[in-house]
Amino acid sequence: MTDKDRAKAYWKENIKYVLLLLFIWFIVSFGAGIIFKDALNTVRLGGFKLGFWFAQQGSMYVFVVLIFVYVRLMNKLDKKYGYDV
Amino acid sequence: MYSGFLAGLGVQNWTYILVGITFTIYIGISIWARAGSTKEFYVAGGGVSPLANGMATAADWMSAASFISMAGIISFAGYDGAVYLMGWTGGYVLLALLLAPYLRKFGKFTVPDFIGDRYYSNTARSVGVFCALIVSFTYVAGQMRGVGLVFSRFLEVDINTGVIIGMIIVLFYAVLGGMKGITYTQVAQYCVLIFAFMVPAIFISIQMTGNPIPQLGFGSQLADGSGTYLLDKLDGLSTDLGFAEYTEGSKSMIDVFAITLALMVGTAGLPHVIVRFFTVKRVKDARKSAGLALLLIVILYTAAPAVSVFARTNMIETVSNQPYANMPEWFTKWETTGLIVFNDKNNDGIIQYVADESKNELIVDNDIMVLANPEIAKLPDWVIALVAAGALAAALSTAAGLLLVISASVSHDLIKKMIKPDISEKGELIAARLAAVVAVCVAGYFGINPPGFVAATVALAFGLAAASFFPAIILGIFYKKMNKEGAIAGMVVGIFSMLFYMTKFKFGWFGGGTKADWWFDISPEGFGTVAMVINFVVSVVIMKFTPEPPEYVQEIVENIRIPSGAGDATH
Repeated sequence: MTDKDRAKAYWKENIKYVLLLLFIWFIVSFGAGIIFKDALNTVRLGGFKLGFWFAQQGSMYVFVVLIFVYVRLMNKLDKKYGYDV
Repeated sequence: MYSGFLAGLGVQNWTYILVGITFTIYIGISIWARAGSTKEFYVAGGGVSPLANGMATAADWMSAASFISMAGIISFAGYDGAVYLMGWTGGYVLLALLLAPYLRKFGKFTVPDFIGDRYYSNTARSVGVFCALIVSFTYVAGQMRGVGLVFSRFLEVDINTGVIIGMIIVLFYAVLGGMKGITYTQVAQYCVLIFAFMVPAIFISIQMTGNPIPQLGFGSQLADGSGTYLLDKLDGLSTDLGFAEYTEGSKSMIDVFAITLALMVGTAGLPHVIVRFFTVKRVKDARKSAGLALLLIVILYTAAPAVSVFARTNMIETVSNQPYANMPEWFTKWETTGLIVFNDKNNDGIIQYVADESKNELIVDNDIMVLANPEIAKLPDWVIALVAAGALAAALSTAAGLLLVISASVSHDLIKKMIKPDISEKGELIAARLAAVVAVCVAGYFGINPPGFVAATVALAFGLAAASFFPAIILGIFYKKMNKEGAIAGMVVGIFSMLFYMTKFKFGWFGGGTKADWWFDISPEGFGTVAMVINFVVSVVIMKFTPEPPEYVQEIVENIRIPSGAGDATH
């Protein structure tokens, strides 16, 4: 594999991760917290209506997890392609 | 529980002690970490650890608005307050996945630097400098005002004296320490502000629900053994007084959507946040420190909506339908600052707090919900003083970060890159320090004479960043063929459509307009989303009709996509 092919393959995998994680990012915030809020509010989590909880709590926890997942995936990917030096 | 001496100190003395100690620490750190080179001044030498950078980013990000105003705004807005919670945290996901690693690899000192080099044009660089200055100045004026407000309330000096004290402190450590001094001071400030925010939140959560974790407490049952959930009780109190249900909100869905997205994208495009990721050593450190920063921010951001619920419930219960003569001491103290206004319209001596404007007799300012909350809940004096020290840490850390962006834009992007490229290292460092001095004075002036549009311009800062920087940087990284013509046209059209909409609906220019005239039902705060889309579309369309970028620029783009070999940040 030439350097150029290697860079291309690395970039392609990176984009795949980014799109997947951004999809989840969108679903928890704009989806659960805004668009589907009213439907989710019929479900309760203790004292919280679920849509309200996603908007004011849950989405933020998921954001943190998403970044750390990306950090792990990319550290692995860097190693796989020898870009970790 | 307290010895006679400690109990007798009083709020005021406690405030002097805590503020005095924290300020001594900040100044000590800045003397120890003063900058000796431009590289230390702009990017702290480039060797900051991911954790230290995460803490510094969190302190940099959480301003007086996050610390003082946000929980208060949410407590009046209910569900709608989620736009700030999601908007000001979700941007970090975009930063970590789409911007920080590549900008770190690019290895420059400032955001206009990236714009200027990637788009091989000093016109693009000038547009970048213009945006960076506008965004940062509007932001910093609000911070200085916050400093003045806290000083005036807790140390009982007037607001202007407070602003001047704040100016001197910031001047000292931003000018001396540069980015290096600021970074390590912000690490200390993060510790102070998070402690100061969480202690009263935990106290009140235990008081009201018996649960020591505020994030869980506001979804728990009341501690009075009634078996009622706190949020249900607040929904009930709100509807009884004619307000919307707390957990429902009143904004339209499309507006909530647009504001949230504009704040997220604006966050990811703010120069003082982006520049923090230039200070770490490797690309992987940039990703990791974005994660750490968000984790540290989310501790406060998930506690804030709990504080909002506690404060709102406490306040309604304390004042609603109670005789004015029975109000506790804090009520009259805040009345003298004008942040609580009681107007007994029907002269019955009882406070009617209701949604109906014609019958409502009480106006409570957003800003006092956090500051007065410990007093309302009757917490000990040292906790009340701690809130003052925390609010000052939040305001000062953000102000210092912004001042650095301003000074770097002037000394590096304007003087070194455009006006006088042969300036010596020493000369540039002197220019950077002078620019910081001038910036502090201008910020102080706006703090003392706040333009009436300050509140409006903070929202404008996010809209501007969303409409200008974000698309230009994203396209610069992810679209190799994007050329200077497209990027410049996109930024200019994006900014001006944002400015047009804001000035039309906020200041009544271009014929003004009311809520009914909003485009697609979107408020000026949410218009950054529309302006961003306009920027993307204009950039791509113009690009199709203009020459490709030169080969060497396309190679730069390929190079920044690969994490290895990230050298030190250079000129």
